[in-house]
Amino acid sequence: MHEYSIVQSLVDSVAAAVGTRTDAVVRSVRVSIGEVAGVDCGLLTTAYEVFRAGTLCENAAMTIDRIPARWECPLCGAAIPRGAVLQCPQCHEPAFMAAGDEIILQRVELEVA
Amino acid sequence: MCQDCGCGDTNLVPLELQTRILARNDSTAEHNRQHFRERGIFTVNLMGSPGSGKTAVLEATARMFKNGRRLAAIAGDLATDNDAARLVRAGIRSCAIETGQACHLDAEMVHHELHHLDLEGVEFLFIENVGNLVCPAVYDLGQSVNVVALSVTEGEDKPLKYPTMFAKADLVLLTKLDLLPHLPNVDMTAIRNAIAKVMPDPHIIRMSAQDDAGVDGWVAWLRERRAAQVHEVVSA
Repeated sequence: MHEYSIVQSLVDSVAAAVGTRTDAVVRSVRVSIGEVAGVDCGLLTTAYEVFRAGTLCENAAMTIDRIPARWECPLCGAAIPRGAVLQCPQCHEPAFMAAGDEIILQRVELEVA
Repeated sequence: MCQDCGCGDTNLVPLELQTRILARNDSTAEHNRQHFRERGIFTVNLMGSPGSGKTAVLEATARMFKNGRRLAAIAGDLATDNDAARLVRAGIRSCAIETGQACHLDAEMVHHELHHLDLEGVEFLFIENVGNLVCPAVYDLGQSVNVVALSVTEGEDKPLKYPTMFAKADLVLLTKLDLLPHLPNVDMTAIRNAIAKVMPDPHIIRMSAQDDAGVDGWVAWLRERRAAQVHEVVSA
């Protein structure tokens, strides 16, 4: 259950982004979480709801974009189907993860007076 | 207030960021990594379930090294320093990180511990992560490689259930091989197939810390990988 530490880092990242705009209110936070990033979106949401009280994210709703895992052949670019052996059937190269391990803060929205 | 139409709405200013949420951990990890590489230290982030045999792997590793001074270990657990104490008895200089409630080690914990561990003459540093197949895979510690200990008693589909850790692994140590005669239903091919579906370039070493079977292969892998790292640093 490391989602609380992720939320702690998320709030720190938002604080860094807001910087010196102390009059601004953070209204929304949008994150991308990859399917195999090792982060459970349900737990992340729960952790966020608990943790954001008293932080600058107190008034910010969080949206999570779940990014599906995508494995590809590094040589021919062929997509490796889900559940298959992670090797290109043509080139026999080990696949690489083209998407799916993101733990990214995409954007925040600030309300300014 | 909105300056455009006088509607009375406040202004919402979007900030496009695209920043890694764990950027601070990653930068500390990079600092650790540089520290290790400059000193010729090959660092293994050893992960696996509780009871998968991580500490036993390190005890067996120590038996293969005539000069224990070349090895060091940091053992992470929620509570107790039992693993670190076992490793010290095995001849590896070790310290413990008691994480309290944290289910994983992070780069800052490792960095802090480096100030308490004498790494003079050390060639291999083993970071025995908290027993857990999920959380440790998320945090870069500055390691050279990720190694997962998976015991043959854990079930053939464990890799499929915990894909993240195996996707990031450089090597899987299939441990407790000596128990196989007592496990008529365990299919080694099924384990290998499961690993191949979650680990793109599966390297698997079968071993038993009980009778040291396969430990030589593991130590040879470590030496080979360390030599490659040292070569890379020298050529850079």
